[in-house]
Amino acid sequence: MAQVLIRLLRSFVRPYTREVAIVVVLVVIQSVANLYLPNLNADIINNGVAKGDLGYIWRTGGVMLGITVILGLLSIVAVYWASLAAIGVGRDLRAAVFRQVQSFSAHDMNRLGTASLITRNTNDVQQVQLVLQIALTILAAAPIMAVGGVVMALREDVPLSSLLVVVVPLLAAVVGLMFVNAIPLFRSMQGKIDRINQVLREQITGVRVIRAFRRNQYERGRFEVANADLTNTALTVNRIFVLALPALMGIMNLTAVAVLWFGGHLVDSGEMPIGNLTAFMQYIIQILFSVMMAVAMVILVPRAEASAARILEVLDTQSEIVDPREPVDPPETTGHIEFRGVTFGYPGGEKPVLTELSFDLPPGQTTAIIGGTGSGKTTVLNLIPRFFDVTSGEVLVDGVDVRRQSLERLWSTLGIVPQRAYLFKGTVAENLRFGGDGVTDEELWHALEVAQAREFVEKMPGQLEAPIDQGGTNVSGGQRQRLAIARAIVKRPSAYLFDDCFSALDAGTDSRLRAALAAETKQATVVIVAQRVSTIMHADRIVVLDEGRIVGLGTHAELMADCEPYREIVESQLGERVA
Amino acid sequence: MSSRGPAVRPGGRPGAGGGWMGMGGPPAGKTKDARKTLRRLVGRLRPEATWIVLVTLLGSASVAFAVIGPKILGNATNVIFNGVVGKSLPAGMTKAQAIALLRAHGRGQIAQMLSGMDVRPGRGIDFNMLGDILLLAVAVYALSSAFTWMQGYIMAGVAQRTVYGLRRDVEGKLAKLPLKYFDSHPHGDILSRVTNDIDNVATTLQQGLSQLLTSGLTVIGVLAMMLWISPLLAVISLITVPLSIVVTLVIARRSQKEFAAQWRWTGSLNGHVEQMHTGHALVQVFGRRKQAMEEFERHNAQLYSASFRAQFLSGIIQPAMQFLANLNYVAIAVIGGYRVASGTMTLGDVQAFISYSRQFTMPITQIAGQMNLLQSGLASAERVFELLDAEEETADAAGAVGLPDLTGRVALEHVAFRYEPDKPLISDFNLEVQPGQTIAIVGPTGAGKTTIVNLLMRFYELDSGRICLDGVDEHDLPRDEVRRAFGMVLQDTWLFAGTIRDNIAYGKDGATDEEVIAAAQAAHVDPFVRTLPSGYNTVLDDEASDLSSGQRQLLTIARAFLADAPILILDEATSNVDTRTEVLIQTAMARLRRGRTSFVIAHRLSTIRNADTIVAMDGGRIVESGTHEELLARKGFYHELYNSQFTEAMVEAQI
Repeated sequence: MAQVLIRLLRSFVRPYTREVAIVVVLVVIQSVANLYLPNLNADIINNGVAKGDLGYIWRTGGVMLGITVILGLLSIVAVYWASLAAIGVGRDLRAAVFRQVQSFSAHDMNRLGTASLITRNTNDVQQVQLVLQIALTILAAAPIMAVGGVVMALREDVPLSSLLVVVVPLLAAVVGLMFVNAIPLFRSMQGKIDRINQVLREQITGVRVIRAFRRNQYERGRFEVANADLTNTALTVNRIFVLALPALMGIMNLTAVAVLWFGGHLVDSGEMPIGNLTAFMQYIIQILFSVMMAVAMVILVPRAEASAARILEVLDTQSEIVDPREPVDPPETTGHIEFRGVTFGYPGGEKPVLTELSFDLPPGQTTAIIGGTGSGKTTVLNLIPRFFDVTSGEVLVDGVDVRRQSLERLWSTLGIVPQRAYLFKGTVAENLRFGGDGVTDEELWHALEVAQAREFVEKMPGQLEAPIDQGGTNVSGGQRQRLAIARAIVKRPSAYLFDDCFSALDAGTDSRLRAALAAETKQATVVIVAQRVSTIMHADRIVVLDEGRIVGLGTHAELMADCEPYREIVESQLGERVA
Repeated sequence: MSSRGPAVRPGGRPGAGGGWMGMGGPPAGKTKDARKTLRRLVGRLRPEATWIVLVTLLGSASVAFAVIGPKILGNATNVIFNGVVGKSLPAGMTKAQAIALLRAHGRGQIAQMLSGMDVRPGRGIDFNMLGDILLLAVAVYALSSAFTWMQGYIMAGVAQRTVYGLRRDVEGKLAKLPLKYFDSHPHGDILSRVTNDIDNVATTLQQGLSQLLTSGLTVIGVLAMMLWISPLLAVISLITVPLSIVVTLVIARRSQKEFAAQWRWTGSLNGHVEQMHTGHALVQVFGRRKQAMEEFERHNAQLYSASFRAQFLSGIIQPAMQFLANLNYVAIAVIGGYRVASGTMTLGDVQAFISYSRQFTMPITQIAGQMNLLQSGLASAERVFELLDAEEETADAAGAVGLPDLTGRVALEHVAFRYEPDKPLISDFNLEVQPGQTIAIVGPTGAGKTTIVNLLMRFYELDSGRICLDGVDEHDLPRDEVRRAFGMVLQDTWLFAGTIRDNIAYGKDGATDEEVIAAAQAAHVDPFVRTLPSGYNTVLDDEASDLSSGQRQLLTIARAFLADAPILILDEATSNVDTRTEVLIQTAMARLRRGRTSFVIAHRLSTIRNADTIVAMDGGRIVESGTHEELLARKGFYHELYNSQFTEAMVEAQI
């Protein structure tokens, strides 16, 4: 039931073999010593109490005290090494997950989801780490105690030990039955909690719609179903679990009774000294106890198993976007981009998103791409930095197929401004320097000026050192876009890819920005994807896409004259009168 | 021998692993008034009073039986030991004779022991007696287990029913809260109260309360038994109690600090991971992977050392407790043995005592853990109660009745409104809208255009003035009647997890399939829905990410078609919508508006120019209103807005 967890741990625990070995040795010593205590107690009874030898009682007591002290010290040392190993594995797992995600392609990111990847990187690792820590301290002791206990019990008395043959399977059966019943219920309970949370989340985010459509009653009903469902399942789960404790306790206590009854006979017939009876009872308790502790801890395993599976899914995902074995360095860096017969379809997708696209994006020119959603505009851009790889055909940058270049080389030539301008937590300057570490403040200001961002940055407290919140939520959408553009300018790439990143700008800023940008990017290749006609109508060339095919290519005037789809777009945006 | 309650109970906290050792979890919130919250939580349990009394009785009985058990087993051991010793003495003697004989042989020590025992010389173990005692033990233990089970079984019902009711009340409360509440509280916070906090309360009720009861009773019961058997040994055992409390507290206080650090570092690591994953493509293209990894390693190393210290410190509590327990065990074994030998105590009592001392420390550590659980549960309960106590919408006016067929005439008379007392937004605003007219609401982003929606639909109450529908003050109508008058298509396209059919049918109670499809056709939804493998039965997931934002918008238009209200509120803004879909949305909206009064948050030139009245907003306030020509002539805010926002694009396009 924990194959995945074991598979994950096998490779990650290996570097900690030494630590784990030390822990195991210590746990063995502890268990043996723990089992030896009742043995000494038996001696006290047999040799001290029964024979009236007070000195013996004190001496043996001294030995017991010594063992106890050593035991205490040993277990602290064991916890030290166990923590070292478990926390170390946790750290390594986190780093491995993070490193793996860094190599992911856009496709991998979409498939696994950012939020889920964050959870996997921290919470899931935490779960695995917790179980490892427990496994090393408590779980490891259980089999050793159980085996040691059985050995000691056998040493004391063979016939009485046969009790264990009955009790241990019984215990296993009870525990097993409980697990078999409870684990699927647990899973379904989690699903029902998720459902409740979902309904409530919808009620909170959709409060206006619900009220506008007067659907409170309907929502009430939807919630009621989920609530009753969860309550029933939770009740069943809990009622199974409240059976566990009394059942296990009952078994343990009845075992003690049985020991006294059968042991009494053995003592009576002289086959066993009375002290050993007491010791025997303590062995049994200790064995059952450690088994129960282990059982209690095993409850954590299914959860860790799920976490391990989620971590492994990340670690097992090999990004298809990797450096070529023998990278080709293009002779010169001009930013020249070319699409040759490019067809692209998402894995598993029925229809290709792009079909047989061929066009040239020469340096020094601005090319705009326009078209409906699903027409593949953004996909065109995504193929250039290899966020996705073409299905057939090739994309060339500086005359070399992007798949034959090293990723670092390829990326260093591109400046990207994504649709959703994302800023990192830090200062304005830190965000801009994403484009290059050694950039002077003057250059930053220059980039801000081009991006029409100088004015508002000057007004921010601290200016370049003004703090930016995670995601850039403390500046407006338009400001965010302009900072993202400035960040790309700071990088001074040979090709700029703008993915609909002027949408939050008003028309005036938009046109000023484009004018400034034109001066800045004279040598570079510029590709602009946009929804707004006014943003792109001055481009050197406009590519009109429809359902992944080029349906028009030319200047605004040319397209207005002979490209019906383009005219449609213009009319829809600027009104009948314009056309 | 019984050992009630291991440190971690098999039945404890199903599925919740974080509570191991009671301090691994995130820091629990602080309660402002724990006692009041507790009283209130207990108040919610009142309907379950009978059951709770029963739970208490069963719990007490179960503990009582469990506590008696070891003493009974001790008696059994005594019978055996008596038999062993008795057998070694010559038969036919009385106990006194045997003692005298032993003393005469210089074995005074054994004689002394014998004097404290119930021995009949020459007779072995009395199996009849042993059998009776053990049968009693079986009965006692069986009853104890049965009672524990019944207690848990009933408590599960009590807890689940209470939480069920709590959840129901909270959900009901959501429907009664004014919109203001949702707008002024982060959604994440509300959501967390109704989900995480209630879950936490459930855990507390299920485990905390009844276990606290059992643990408390066990401590008392065991203490009583120990004092009864041997006050001396009891005192010795009790010495380790304060010792273990002190040790736990000292270690816990230090490790708590480390845990706080651990959560802090987890937070900062999380923040970094979140940013790097969200900005994944940027990190790659800007060549920042190395820096991202370095930064990660830095956070990771910090987290490692904090976690290690926290884990190690909290990890030694258990061995430390074990050490003290062992110390106690040794003391009892030695001193007990000594006392048996000197005849002042029986062997069975020593044995019973050993198990009592084991039982004693455990509930004490458990109580500490349960107090933690209770505290965090109370903090959660308080947050839930806060939500339940939040001010509700005013009740609908008494005797409020519905409207007959509305024509769609809307009048705003002397309307005044402000969200915050010191920021007046709208004052003395008047607007008369005839049936079928269009009102365009314009203004830059963030100008507060939704305020109008809020007021028209009575999501917020006016400060003064009134809004009339066909001459009837909205205030005199039930809210549902007001809202029945409006169809709404907002930019925030809210869809719920359900089928496309259900999402469209949301517009009308009991809509038939034909009506749904007709609405879908009118809104241009039908064609794309039919291309989906499951058609109208396609289940939209949480974020409805399988639909484009344009398609989502069309769905909400279909919904409004189905609602067929005389007055419409539309938001024309269509960001992230491709041009094709945008055309569809435009035509669908135009069709929807036909013959209805409509308030349009306008973004298209044509809508604005053709509107009967334009309401221009800025900074949350209504700045101007009038027709396009009037407002242009006024050369005010609208004039400026119109020139900057709309004409430039138009002029450019004409080149």
